[in-house]
Amino acid sequence: MAVDIANQKIAVQAGAPAVRKTRSGRELIYRHTLFVRLTHWINVLCIALLLMSGLQIFNAHPMLHWGIKGGDTDPAVLSIYGEDQLDGSAIGWTKIGGQAFNTTGVLGVFRDRDGFLSGRAFPWWITIPSYQSLAEGRRWHFFFAWLFALNGLAYLIYGFAARHFQRDLAPTRLDLRNIGRSLLDHLRFRHPRGEAAKRYNVLQKLAYMTVIFVLLPLMIFSGLTMSPGVDSVAPWLLDLFGGRQSARTIHFITATFIVLFILVHLVEVLLSGVFNEMRSILTGWFAVKPEKTDAH
Amino acid sequence: MTRDLLTRRAALLGAGGLALSGCDQLSQNQTFKKLLESAENLSLGGQRLVLNSSTPLALEYQQSDISRDFKANGTVKPDSADYSRLAMTQFADLRLKIDGLVKKPLSLSLDEIKAMPSRTQITRHDCVEGWSAIGQWTGVPLGNLLQSAELMPNAKYIVFRCADDLEQSRDGSGLYYESIDLIDAFHPQTIMAYAMNGQPLPVPHGAPLRLRVERQLGYKMAKYVMRIEAVEDFAKIGFGKGGYWEDRGYEWYAGI
Repeated sequence: MAVDIANQKIAVQAGAPAVRKTRSGRELIYRHTLFVRLTHWINVLCIALLLMSGLQIFNAHPMLHWGIKGGDTDPAVLSIYGEDQLDGSAIGWTKIGGQAFNTTGVLGVFRDRDGFLSGRAFPWWITIPSYQSLAEGRRWHFFFAWLFALNGLAYLIYGFAARHFQRDLAPTRLDLRNIGRSLLDHLRFRHPRGEAAKRYNVLQKLAYMTVIFVLLPLMIFSGLTMSPGVDSVAPWLLDLFGGRQSARTIHFITATFIVLFILVHLVEVLLSGVFNEMRSILTGWFAVKPEKTDAH
Repeated sequence: MTRDLLTRRAALLGAGGLALSGCDQLSQNQTFKKLLESAENLSLGGQRLVLNSSTPLALEYQQSDISRDFKANGTVKPDSADYSRLAMTQFADLRLKIDGLVKKPLSLSLDEIKAMPSRTQITRHDCVEGWSAIGQWTGVPLGNLLQSAELMPNAKYIVFRCADDLEQSRDGSGLYYESIDLIDAFHPQTIMAYAMNGQPLPVPHGAPLRLRVERQLGYKMAKYVMRIEAVEDFAKIGFGKGGYWEDRGYEWYAGI
């Protein structure tokens, strides 16, 4: 009992979230502030549109190179292309390093919306606009890149000023010590209940921190490195990424990691209770599942 | 009405086939286009805060960095009779005109241009498509030419008129042209290049003269330049956006 009181004090001092009870007696905590919810949804919009317009831009030169330069006849770490066959059909190839994979139907060669064979890298259903237009793809990309960057900057300032990062996202020593157990819990799809559910678990914290402080900034800076104007004023960016073509490749790889994070993020939302998770990111209120009674 | 409903439905769904056709519709909606295009002002404004007419210089590379195969994009040989005639004599009869809002209009031969103080630079050429190639360029700084011609105070942009008819138009609307502001025009690395990798500029790369604006993308660097014109604004030139590709949806400020 004494321990409980002591714990509560610590929780209050550390700025524990507001709590209220539902009519059925369930405990609701105020998990996401309005600012976090707003920036989250602006981010959803921006990242979706940036990924899809980014693939449109990629299609204009469907190869990735390493180093300071690279064009059609230079070595590529990745290339996507179509190959016409004698019988009038075509094969779509995706070449990674020296290995070519037949990706007909999805990458390189696919049926367009009207059922005709089309020879582009990424298919119409994943690019913005769906038809080939580098000019329009760039307009979308840079508009939402600005929105994304300004939104991210506002979030960073808020995150530090409101101590959201320090309080909710920075892993504690205890967290790090129990990382093995958290890993096991995740592998068994076991989600925390009671007190533990009021905080992010350590893997969750590390994943969010990686996205916020590594992947998203990498995305912005590797993107800026592709600008000849920015390169002239900040040539250190070229050194950092190993050249403009490396920066373009890193931009693409980082985007892939962001897509992977989003997939895991969505799977976790589905597994841990989609209604509760959606309520918390829309209204802020998150229901804490009580401790299992059989544990008593 | 239907269009309105569709766009709203697409926006609500946020993903899937319907939303995509929604994005296509938005992409062609004039109001939404204007909104998307407004981001160019942020890019231009942001870069103009740190890029001025003297500094910084674009990074210059080593001889060993030069691309073995520098892609010639767009027109690789203008097909007008006038151009062919000029090319037959290695452009000995070229007269580069510098006119518009200048006090002393100039008409210069290639030899006269080559006799002027020159600048040689090994720079990276970034195509809007995404590829990069490195080449060595020699030419006369555009700022020197403009100083000789003496710009009038109301000159704000420099327009480059080219010999290539990229869209093969009858009315001249497919003729390549470009424009830059005075900040880029007077930048020390902005040159009218007549040599590439130590050789006379090859036809596929824009002989006899091509513009180099090293802090911008490739399509700004007009090839086959025949006339340089100082203007107050470019609203009445071409379709009014300041360049061949700009008239076809690309940004006027191609700094990214």
